[in-house]
Amino acid sequence: MLETIIFELEMAAPQIVLGLVNGAFYALLSLGLAVIFGMLNVINFTHGAQFMMGAFVAWMLLHYLGIGYWWALILSPLIVGVVGVIIEKTMISRLYKLDHLYGLLLTFGCALVIEGVFRNNFGVSGLPYAVPPELRGGFDLGFMFLPGYRAWVVLVAIITCLVTWYVIEKTKIGSYLRAATERPQLVQAFGINVPRMMTLTYGAGVALAAFAGVLAAPIYSVRPDMGASFIIIVFAVVVIGGMGSILGSVVTGFALGFLEGMTRVFWPEASATVVFFIMAIVLLTRPAGLFGRA
Amino acid sequence: MTIERRTLLTGAAGAAALGGLPFTSRSARAQAANTIRIGVLNDQSGLYRDLSGPGSTQAVQMAIRESGITQRGINVEVVQADHQNRPDVGSTVVRQWIDRDGLDVVMDVPTSSVALAVNTLVRERNKVFLASGPATSDLTGAQCSPNTIHWTYDTYMLARSTGGALVAAGGRTWFFLTADYAFGHALERDVSNFVRSSGGQIVGSVRTPFPGTTDFSSFLQQAQRSRAQVIGLANAGGDTINSIKQAAEFRITRGGTRLAGLLVFITDVDSLGLEVAQGLVMSETFYWDLNQRTRAFTQRLGTLPGNIRPSMVQAGCYSAALHYFKAVMDMGVPAAKASGLDAVNRMKAMPTSDDAFGEGTIRPDGRKLHDCYLFQVKTPQQSSGRWDYYNLIGTTPAAQAFRPLTEGGCALVRA
Repeated sequence: MLETIIFELEMAAPQIVLGLVNGAFYALLSLGLAVIFGMLNVINFTHGAQFMMGAFVAWMLLHYLGIGYWWALILSPLIVGVVGVIIEKTMISRLYKLDHLYGLLLTFGCALVIEGVFRNNFGVSGLPYAVPPELRGGFDLGFMFLPGYRAWVVLVAIITCLVTWYVIEKTKIGSYLRAATERPQLVQAFGINVPRMMTLTYGAGVALAAFAGVLAAPIYSVRPDMGASFIIIVFAVVVIGGMGSILGSVVTGFALGFLEGMTRVFWPEASATVVFFIMAIVLLTRPAGLFGRA
Repeated sequence: MTIERRTLLTGAAGAAALGGLPFTSRSARAQAANTIRIGVLNDQSGLYRDLSGPGSTQAVQMAIRESGITQRGINVEVVQADHQNRPDVGSTVVRQWIDRDGLDVVMDVPTSSVALAVNTLVRERNKVFLASGPATSDLTGAQCSPNTIHWTYDTYMLARSTGGALVAAGGRTWFFLTADYAFGHALERDVSNFVRSSGGQIVGSVRTPFPGTTDFSSFLQQAQRSRAQVIGLANAGGDTINSIKQAAEFRITRGGTRLAGLLVFITDVDSLGLEVAQGLVMSETFYWDLNQRTRAFTQRLGTLPGNIRPSMVQAGCYSAALHYFKAVMDMGVPAAKASGLDAVNRMKAMPTSDDAFGEGTIRPDGRKLHDCYLFQVKTPQQSSGRWDYYNLIGTTPAAQAFRPLTEGGCALVRA
């Protein structure tokens, strides 16, 4: 009996670590989504495509200009963020007064177009992007080998989540943002340029997606559909955590990554569905999400 | 003046249209009877797009040009569609193609689950199915059809060639990472049978959800814990790429475990890069740089979408279409259109010959026979550049490469 328990624990230990790593991506992506939805009330379906663009820009910087990983980590989110700002200025800003559905359809359409363009130009098999030499090593944890790069991803994800939470909840800019979400006219009357703030918030949310894309580039192949496979799970994460709740999406991101990892050991066939199963239960019992305010 | 001229032109065009209507319609009817319609059904947007996708259609169009069929006054129309790797989508498309558009031939269809659905439909409607993309050996086994020819490769061939090479190299215990659908199951079954019959042992397997798995590290950890000598990857395309990449990242092979890519395409090797893929042993029936004829074929085909070299699936589409056209020119369009069964029988009665696969034959169970090659991926130092990827390390002659006719359980053989 004891032996079986020890064996099960041995099986579970690597999954806890791996779940944390996958959870880091879920958390980073759902963070951007939560920021955009919380502040702009837009369900940003382009998020997966922007994640993918982040990875592709990193690849292009390296391939065409010889600019490596560390600069890409800064440049790629900036470049993709600017693209996001253009999309917001020219299209999304016209939809704020309408139902959520219009924003969803627009951003979904944008995602299809962007992914199609990349698919036609780069194929679907993906392009290789090497792990930077500084992060090539790894740690032998006894029960498994943990690549240094994965540990780095978890670390960076946690820091990014904390910083974002701090900026929105504790700083002056954050308080303007939250105020503008509740009463845009009143905030505007105080002399704050609300439309510009919206634009920049969208740009920042998009930059977060691109940042996650650069982090993902050395792990997964840089492929046009790399975002599409993540985004559906990430939406489930946001719904479970509570739409617009930043803390909720971060905690749920890590928790679901862990849960998915455990499912891969005990019932691998169901590992792609378990997140949606949880989502259904949460929607039935707490429609506003675990951390959402109804 | 301008207005007058425009009125005049419109009037003339209208008169021509009206006068010409019965004539064009009659000619359209005559044309329809003299037109072969081919539908290329494959993955146009997902993980199998590069190895099939629009490149397959391009290969079929090349076969039209080179067969000389249009010079005989026969029209050929090619349409393509995306089955999104879903059997329900594939069936709906094929049903519309045949019932509404009068399609004669369905081609390619990677993703075994979709291919098995199409296989049944085409047989019911008595059309022709030239399967280049799918892997499952059930297409010439339990589910064989007199209207289907399985052209390029299958799971049995992969099991025998790649599996055999690894067992011979000392891999006695195996653990499988299996894509959870018809193809993965068939490949796991065929390799397992082969390993067991060679005295090896299967110590475990894990079924990975398809499509929709990007992270394989959890599954690879389980495989590593099984202490198997060989981890068999019963998956394809993007799944194989991610498995191999992540196995390297987590140093799954550090304890002497070997990774067996049971179905690896050249587009996968290109995506992995030689740094990661080097040393990998894999089987294909076509490689663009194999000999003078394959190089000539690749040159004539030109650049494929995404700037890639042809995969064996795309080469198979060319070869199959070329042979079908020979049969059509032999038996005449009306007979070929009237019965898909007759067309397939005519194809089976003729030996095949083309630049992509050399000389070959088609067996009564619908299995196309040609040589199978065992390749090892070059090291970055050995490669002269992009697409120079393989060293040929073994050849299985056509007669031995595929499952013996009597062992597949195909009803066409017993009859």
